[in-house]
Amino acid sequence: MSKILVIAEHLDGKLNAATARAVSAAAAAKPDAIDIIVLSDAPEAIAAEAAKIDGVTKVLAVARAENAHALAAVLAPQVAKAAAGYSHVFAPSTTFGKDLAPRVAALLGVSQVSDVMTVEGPHSFKRPIYAGNAIVTVDVDAGSTVVATIRTASWPAAASNGNAPVEALSLDATLPSHTRFVNLQQGKSDRPDLQGAAKVVSGGRGVGSKENFEIIYKFADKIGAAVGASRAAVDAGYVPNEMQVGQTGKIIAPELYIAVGISGAIQHLTGIKDAGTIVAINKDGEAPIFEIADIGLVGDLFKILPELESAIG
Amino acid sequence: MKIIVGYKRVVDYNVRIQVKPDGSGVVTDGVKLSANPFDDIALEEALRLREKGVAEEVIVVGIGPADLTAHLRNGLAMGANRAIHVQTADAVSPLTAARTFLKLVEKEQPGLVILGKQAIDDDANQTGQMLAALWDRPQATFASKVEIAEGKATVTREVDAGLETIEADLPAVITTDLRLNEPRFIKLPDIMKAKSKPIDVVELGSLGVDAADHIKTTHYAAPAKRSKGVMVNDAAGLVAALKQKGLL
Ligand SMILES: Cc1cc2nc3c(=O)[nH]c(=O)nc-3n(C[C@H](O)[C@H](O)[C@H](O)COP(=O)(O)OP(=O)(O)OC[C@H]3O[C@@H](n4cnc5c(N)ncnc54)[C@H](O)[C@@H]3O)c2cc1C
Ligand SMILES: Cc1cc2nc3c(=O)[nH]c(=O)nc-3n(C[C@H](O)[C@H](O)[C@H](O)COP(=O)(O)OP(=O)(O)OC[C@H]3O[C@@H](n4cnc5c(N)ncnc54)[C@H](O)[C@@H]3O)c2cc1C
Repeated sequence: MSKILVIAEHLDGKLNAATARAVSAAAAAKPDAIDIIVLSDAPEAIAAEAAKIDGVTKVLAVARAENAHALAAVLAPQVAKAAAGYSHVFAPSTTFGKDLAPRVAALLGVSQVSDVMTVEGPHSFKRPIYAGNAIVTVDVDAGSTVVATIRTASWPAAASNGNAPVEALSLDATLPSHTRFVNLQQGKSDRPDLQGAAKVVSGGRGVGSKENFEIIYKFADKIGAAVGASRAAVDAGYVPNEMQVGQTGKIIAPELYIAVGISGAIQHLTGIKDAGTIVAINKDGEAPIFEIADIGLVGDLFKILPELESAIG
Repeated sequence: MKIIVGYKRVVDYNVRIQVKPDGSGVVTDGVKLSANPFDDIALEEALRLREKGVAEEVIVVGIGPADLTAHLRNGLAMGANRAIHVQTADAVSPLTAARTFLKLVEKEQPGLVILGKQAIDDDANQTGQMLAALWDRPQATFASKVEIAEGKATVTREVDAGLETIEADLPAVITTDLRLNEPRFIKLPDIMKAKSKPIDVVELGSLGVDAADHIKTTHYAAPAKRSKGVMVNDAAGLVAALKQKGLL
C-alpha cells in the first residue's frame, strides 16, 4: 500500500503554491492516500488552505513554537517521525524543500530523488542531471521509503476544490537549539511571483545597470509579467538574488518568457526549458538564445522595448 | 579549528554534455574535468577563514577513483594544507558521500565542513544536508555570506523569498552558493609547492561505510528538443506574433 506524505511549504501564514504542485506529482504515483503535513507555530490557516487541494486525503497540523521559522534542523526530526507508515515523502524542489528533504532522507537512512520531472511508477522517476542536459530514469528499491523533491516547473498546481479533514498531530521529537533564525530580507514587489507567473520578462547583462533595469520593469508591468534575470545581472548588482533564473536560480515554466539582453548560456536555459513560448531580444544575431527561442528579434533592447510598448498600445 | 572542504571533480561546466546513444550514460571519455564550481567557492571561503586566523588548517576531500590525485593537487595548489582521497572505483550516492564525510569528521574533528550546494554533474543538492543530519549538527545551506565569531557561524542564505540569515553553533555544515566569493586563480609557484603537500589515500571500503545504494539509474536520455522558432523583423512583427498565439 502506498501512502504519500507531502511537506507543505508556507511563509507568513500562507501556503506556497509549490505545495499543490507536489500534490500533483504525488497523485501521479496513484497512491492509496496523500496526506499533507504542515509544520508551523500557528498552522491552522495554512492547514485550511492545504485541505482544499484536490486529491488530499487529510492534513496533519503540527503546532510548535519552534516551527515559527522553517529551519531544516528543527523540522527534519519531526518529518522523519511523522513519516512512519508512509511509503513516500515529497517536498517541492524549492530552496525550502531542497534544504529540508535531504535532511529527512538521511534520518530515514535513504538517498533522495531530487527534482522529479515525471513519475513513471510508484518507484520509478525521471529527473534532470547536468543542468538538464540529460534526463535519467531512476528506480528506487520497493522496500525503502522514497524521499523526493518535486521539480515544480514540471507539474501544474492541483486545483483547490477539495475539503479534506485537518488533524492536529503531536510528535514526540527532541528538537535542537543549535540553529537559530535571525532574519529574512524579502524583496517587496507588487508584481506577480516569478515562480508562478504566466508571463516573465528577464533582463541580462545587456541591460547594463541597475538604473537601466527600469526599462525591464516598465515593460513587464505593461504586459502584467513577473521580472527575472540572468546570473550575470544578479552578480553585477542590477537586481537581487531571488530574481535569478537558471540552474542555480529558479526553474520556471511560464506561458511566455521574454529574454532581453541575455545570451542564452546553458545554465540559464535550464531554468526556462519548460516555458510555453520563449522570445529573445538580443542585438547579437549569433547569440545562442536564438537557437531555442520560438520568436527572435535582433536589435537594441533600448530601442525595441519602447517600440513594443507603443505597438501593444 | 580545522575546516574540511568537499572537493569534487566534475565535467567542466563549459562542456556540452552528450548522452550515449544506447542510453547507458553520458560521454565522459576525453571530456574536460574540473573542480565543481561550488567546491572552488567552498575552498576559497575556507582559505579566507584561515587567512583571517579563524582556522588553522584546511583539508580538501575527494571521493573518487585512483586518478583523482591531480585534481586534489589543484586544491592543494589553491592553498589547502592537505588532502584526503577516499578511493573508490564506483559512483557513490549522496548518502554514501555524506556517510564518508561523517567518518572523516569523526577522525578530524573539524569546526566547520564546507561543501558545495550541489555538484553540477548530478545536481543532487543533498550531501551537505545529509552530513549535517547524520552528524546531528546545524546546516547552513546556499550560503552567500559567512561570518564566524564566538563559536558560531552567522550565515546569509540565498532562498526563494530573498536573503535569510541564520545563526549556527559550531561545528556546523555550510554549503556554498555562487555569490559567496570569487575563487582565486592558482599561481605557478603554488603548483610546485603543492607537490610536497600530503595526500592521504584511504580506501572507501576500509572506512566501514555502508555504501548500499537503493536508487538505481536505469536509463539516460537527451532532453526533449524545442522546435526551431521564427525570426521577426521589428517590434510590430513581435507583437503580431504574440497576439496570434494569444499571449498578448
Ligand atoms: C555553476 C554555474 C551555475 C550558473 N548558474 C546560472 C543560473 O542559474 N542562471 C544564469 O542565468 N546563469 C548561470 N550561470 C552563468 C552563465 O554561465 C552565464 O554566465 C550567464 O547566464 C550570462 O548572463 P547574460 O546572458 O546576462 O550575460 P552575457 O552572456 O554577457 O550576455 C549578454 C547579452 O546581452 C546582449 N546585449 C548587450 N547589449 C544589448 C542591447 N543594448 N540590446 C540587446 N542585447 C544586448 C549581448 O549580445 C549578449 O548576448 C552559471 C554559471 C556556472 C558556472
Ligand atoms: C567512479 C565514479 C563514476 C561516476 N559515474 C557517474 C555517472 O555515470 N553518472 C553520474 O551521474 N554520476 C556519476 N558519479 C558521481 C556520483 O554519483 C556523485 O558523486 C554522487 O551521486 C553525489 O551526488 P552529487 O555530487 O550530485 O551530490 P551533491 O549533494 O550535489 O554534492 C554536494 C557537495 O557534496 C560534496 N561531494 C559530493 N560528492 C563528493 C565527492 N565524490 N568528492 C568530494 N566531495 C563530494 C561536494 O562538496 C559537493 O559540492 C560518479 C562518481 C565516481 C566516483
